Amino acid sequence: MFKLLEPNKIFQLTSKAPKYVLFLFVVVLSVGLVEALILSPEDYKQSDAVRIMYVHVPAAWISLGIFSSITVLSISGFIFKNKNFFLISKSLAPSGFVFNIIALVTGSIWGKPTWGTWWAWDARITSMLILALFYALYLISWRIYENEEKVFKISTFITILGIINVPIIKYSVDWWNTLHQPASINILSKSSIHSSMLYPLLIMTAAFALFSLLIFLMKYNTELIKIKNKGLDRL
Amino acid sequence: MINELLFMNGYAVYVFSAFGFTLLSFLSLYLLTKVQFIKEQNKFVAKFGSLNTEQANSAKSQRINKEILADATNN
Repeated sequence: MFKLLEPNKIFQLTSKAPKYVLFLFVVVLSVGLVEALILSPEDYKQSDAVRIMYVHVPAAWISLGIFSSITVLSISGFIFKNKNFFLISKSLAPSGFVFNIIALVTGSIWGKPTWGTWWAWDARITSMLILALFYALYLISWRIYENEEKVFKISTFITILGIINVPIIKYSVDWWNTLHQPASINILSKSSIHSSMLYPLLIMTAAFALFSLLIFLMKYNTELIKIKNKGLDRL
Repeated sequence: MINELLFMNGYAVYVFSAFGFTLLSFLSLYLLTKVQFIKEQNKFVAKFGSLNTEQANSAKSQRINKEILADATNN
């Protein structure tokens, strides 16, 4: 099954896909922006400040999703002795990190009009900051170590440590008394968000997911060409 | 309506800063990734050009190398 994941076979697909993904991203983002900034209603308590949710929440969701994927892929890389899993993880990390930063910055901007402060050492915000540090450590480890085996071990170790923080982020609003509001969207139970706000949020999430796919594809292709460059040196 | 959109009940500065930061981050990451990709692609084309016939034929036997060259030519 993993033969399908061989870089040589994947490149045929990944080299052509970015232009289509970019087009789709621009279309979905445009629809999402119109929905988020114009068509969706203001909140009865937060008024128009609630619109920040449409960039803050998808960014947070995707940064958490990418970090979880990186961890699973890194561990799978060790179990199945497949280097391509590490390559996919490495290519996913930059967009995950940027989404993490977006979640922190837009959360801070949202905090000022709603809580009256740009920053609070609240459990949810602090745990998101810790996630950004793990992302940074992961990316730095790929830059520092040149030995393949060493970087595989160290980057996986970082993701295993970092993944402990993911459930803490998720449940921080339930476990501690925080400024951050509890989750409004639940997969297993009824969501407390109205559909007029839920749909724009889902459209923006789709746009953000497409953007991370686009960056992943471009980064993955770059990494494959880097490997092939080294191969040419050996000829 | 335009006034409403621009004023946003006094929250426009926060809303537009958040959206602006997000879009600027997207653009920066996209451009940075694109530049890195083009740099590696150009490096590959230059290295390929410096190979002798035997080495070039050997390299061309790998399908991915042909794909990279074709992609570089199309761009």
